[in-house]
Parts: sequence; C-alpha cells; structure tokens
Amino acid sequence: MSATIAEKIFSQRCGRPVRAGEVVMAPVDAAMIHDITGPLAVRVFREMGGERVFDPERIIMLFDHQVPADSIPAAENHVFMRQFAEEQGIHNYDLLEGVCHQVVMEKGRAAPGEIIVGTDSHTCTYGAAGAFATGIGSTDMGFVLKFGALYFRVPESILVEVEGAFGKRVGAKDLILSLAGDIGADGATYMALEFTGRAMREMNMAGRMTCANMAIEMGAKAGIVAPDAATWDYVTARRDIKPFDLAGDADARYRERRHYDVTDLAPQVAVPHNVDNVVDVTKVAGTKVDQVFIGSCTNGRYEDLFEAAEVLGNADRFADGVRVIVIPASRTEYLKALRGGLIERFVEAGALVEAPCCGPCMGGAFGLLAPGEVSLSTSNRNFRGRQGSAQASVYLSSPATAAASALYGEITDPREV
Amino acid sequence: MRVWKFGDDIDTDAIIPGRFLTIYDPAELAKHAFEGTRDEFAKEVQEGDVVVAGSNFGCGSSREHAPLALLGAGVKVVVAKSFARIFYRNAVNTGLLPLVSAGAEGIRDGDTVTVDLAGGYIEANGRRLPIEPVPGFMKEIVDAGGLVAYAKGLDEVKTCNTE
Repeated sequence: MSATIAEKIFSQRCGRPVRAGEVVMAPVDAAMIHDITGPLAVRVFREMGGERVFDPERIIMLFDHQVPADSIPAAENHVFMRQFAEEQGIHNYDLLEGVCHQVVMEKGRAAPGEIIVGTDSHTCTYGAAGAFATGIGSTDMGFVLKFGALYFRVPESILVEVEGAFGKRVGAKDLILSLAGDIGADGATYMALEFTGRAMREMNMAGRMTCANMAIEMGAKAGIVAPDAATWDYVTARRDIKPFDLAGDADARYRERRHYDVTDLAPQVAVPHNVDNVVDVTKVAGTKVDQVFIGSCTNGRYEDLFEAAEVLGNADRFADGVRVIVIPASRTEYLKALRGGLIERFVEAGALVEAPCCGPCMGGAFGLLAPGEVSLSTSNRNFRGRQGSAQASVYLSSPATAAASALYGEITDPREV
Repeated sequence: MRVWKFGDDIDTDAIIPGRFLTIYDPAELAKHAFEGTRDEFAKEVQEGDVVVAGSNFGCGSSREHAPLALLGAGVKVVVAKSFARIFYRNAVNTGLLPLVSAGAEGIRDGDTVTVDLAGGYIEANGRRLPIEPVPGFMKEIVDAGGLVAYAKGLDEVKTCNTE
C-alpha cells in the first residue's frame, strides 16, 4: 500500500498500516523538555499521579532559553529541573551544550522513522534527520512523561519538491522563507511538509535543519526531509543504527504536491509582523537596522556563521550604530567556529559573541528592543513584541543577508556586497 | 458575556510575552495577558468573558502559559475561525474550550454572546452561529475536564503497537 513518509513512520511504529486522519495512541521514541516549558510538564506529571517517568533514557533535558539564569525565578526553575533529573535518573545536558534542537540533533538523539515530541514548537527541526518530530504543550508532555505515548492524529502531508541550484549567497533560509510566504502562516496546519527534490538532496544537514525548523511557521505538525545518504552519514556518525529506506511513495495520497525551483530565487526577508509576510530583499533594502542577531535553532550552526563571515570578508568593522549579536547554537558549533577563526573575525568587527542559548529570539533573556527599534534576525519569528517592545520591528533573513545588513547598517542584498 | 475581539494570526507571544514565562500561576499570568499589544485586556476582562478571533489563533510557541493566562483572566471559551494546532490541544488539555466557528468574524468587539454547547451554536446580537463539534478523542478529554483529570484515572495506556 502506498504511503507518505508520515504514514510510514506511524505504520511502522504501530505495527500495522495507518492512514492520514486516523487517531492513534503512539509510542514516543524520545521526549525533549527545556527550562521554560519543562517545569510545568513536571508539575503536570506529578498531578497526573506520576511517580517514575516511562523511560529516563528516552527523555532529553536541557536549559537554553534563560541561560545562564537571567533572574531568580529562572534560577529556581533550573534547580527544580535538576532535582527532577537527579531523582528520575534522566541525563541532563543542563546549560552546557546549547540550544535544544541543535543538541538533540548533534547528540544523535533523533533518527529516521522515530516519533519524537518536545515542549517547544520548533521540535519539528528533527525532521531533518527523517524523524516525525512535533512540538507539544506541557500538559501533553506530562502525559508522555508518565505513559511514554501520546494521541496523534496521523497528518496528511504536502509534498514539497525543490529543484534547481541556489544562486550566489542564496540558500536554505531563503527557500523556507519563500515557502512560508507562499503557503502562509496557517497553510499547512495539522499537516506534515515532506521535502524532496534535487535542491534538498544537495543541501547540507545544516540547511535541512533550517528548513524543517520553520515548518511550524506554516502551521505544520512536522517537516520531514526524505532521508538519504547524507542523513544516514549524519545519524550513523552519532549512534549505532542500521540504515533503511524511508521515502514517500510516488503514488502516495498527498494532500497537495508543490513544486519549486530555487535557481532564480532572490534573498528573502520576512517583514514585520508575520513570518509569511515575505518579500525579495530588494523590496526592503535600505531599511535602517539597530540590531542584527545571527544565531538561534534556525541559523546558529557553523555553516551559518561561515556564511556570515564570508560576507563580512576583509571588512574592518560592522557599521557604526548597529549592535551585532552572534550566538552559536551549541558548544560544538561554537568550538568549530572558534577553531575556524570565525569568532575572532566577528569580535574584531565589533560583534558581541554570546555563549550558546536562544538569545534575543526568546524575547525575555537579553538583547531586547526598545520601542521604535528595528532588528534583523536569522531566527524564525518576527511577531510583534517577540524580541522586546511591541513597538519594535523584527525582520527575518538568512545569515548572509544579516551580515551584509550589519556591514551597512541597513537591510542590504548580500549579492551586492 | 463580553466579547474581546481579535484578528487573524494572534500568536502566543501576543497572548503572553516571553519575559513572563517563569510564571506558572494562571492568576499571575493573567495580569500580563496581551501586554504590549492590548493593554486594557488585563485591566478590564471579567470572569466569563469570551475571546473571539479570526483564523490561526494561538500560532507560534508551544507555551502553555497562553491558555493558562486566559483561564486566569476568567476566560473559559475562545471562539475562532480556526486555531493553530498546538494551542488547540493545549487549550483542551488545560480546560479552556476552543470552539471553531466560521461565523466568528461577524462577531464584534464588545458584543454580548452566549454559548450553547448542547445546541451547537453561539448567539451574538440575536444571531445564531453554528460551532463545529469538538473531534471525538478531544471530546473525551473535554468531558473529563482536561488531560490531567483524564490521565489521573489511568495506570497505563494501550498504544497502537500493543492493541
């Protein structure tokens, strides 16, 4: 029977064929909790009468939203979570490793065919590893911690076939922003996006993570990149697992098949205050920026920092009056960038380089905007008030566009630099 | 019951901004509901008021602080043309009733509405607007009074691979 990738994953985990639309109580392969949504999940677990978690080895705990603790309540939450990890025998990455989604991927905690949940909407990032991964609330997580399973409505899928080759200084972030603009903020609600095609196959894992990460910005439950040799190379380097085939069938019942060609795609920018409000960079070039943030689970990897540094080139300094905040997504990515000389270049050029964490994207820890200020960010959301004042404006772009804009103090087409 | 009317794509950062996420008490969260985007809400909202919105209500972050902030403000029902997936589940799980009505857009701010769940409609200004039934498996959770109450009575669950 032909099936989508999402249907195949649920069928495999259920041991019988299941179809889009079916509601199943499915076993969960891994569950991620962090410092913001974790404490509530733990309280709910206890309210539900939970004493021992279903399997401590399948629970991933870490802190990334408010680290190092930026307030006494945040510090108290960290203590509360540490005590829970200790009591339950859960390995806690604490605040040492970085942003949750990057850490789950690089520690090999996600693999093709798995069902993974996390109390963070960008949990869909692990679709880059071929997993069915979705964000849930803390009460659902309390249930998962107790039972190791959760109700899922098996989603319909939209097939996104991406052909062509990216032009100079255009890449994964531009693709996913253009898709958000095209599909809309709720165009994929309750559905899975399944990415395939030449441009996806030629994309590195960092780019695939950027794409899967932003599936939620179209309302999708999951964003899955069809696993290939690159996926298996990444996963098998991190865990003992035997590769197998996992692809959507040609005659599977997709809700929709969308075709894109990236050959002539221009750098894209999401303008305030919605992620689907997307234009070519040329439409907003010249907009003054007060802050540029390069980082986050969307674009905080070595490849992203390299892309930004390449645009920076031999320039002495970022523009006067622009605060440039660079935050590697994990300790591992930080070390790669450090050893590659990127961190030195950023600091020389006047950037503030912070330790791995969610940073300004969290909208509460630091890097907040005053009323009237403008930020260009490589993160995933430009909602009103997301990075501070509701009277501030947030634009979203690729690392290349962010670096070009930091050089000139205004939104700048990276192809022109 | 007074209607607080909102537009499309109301995100969870608008419902409760990120800087308040160390708070978990619904009454405390309610003091900051819609802070920065609609400041009068927290000051003037009354027990039993209804939030009415357009499409994609609750998009964005998975923060359950959003339905909790509304519950803390005394809001027990949100009516929208459509909901973002995670918010919808969080609402059902925490006991905030999310109702889908294609006619939500016709309801105005300040209107008085009554909700007739058994009858399957909301009444606003003398007009009856049909509401979609809550999907089967979600209804069980609604009827139990939320997921905590539903889960309390269970020692284990039957998963699809052990049925």
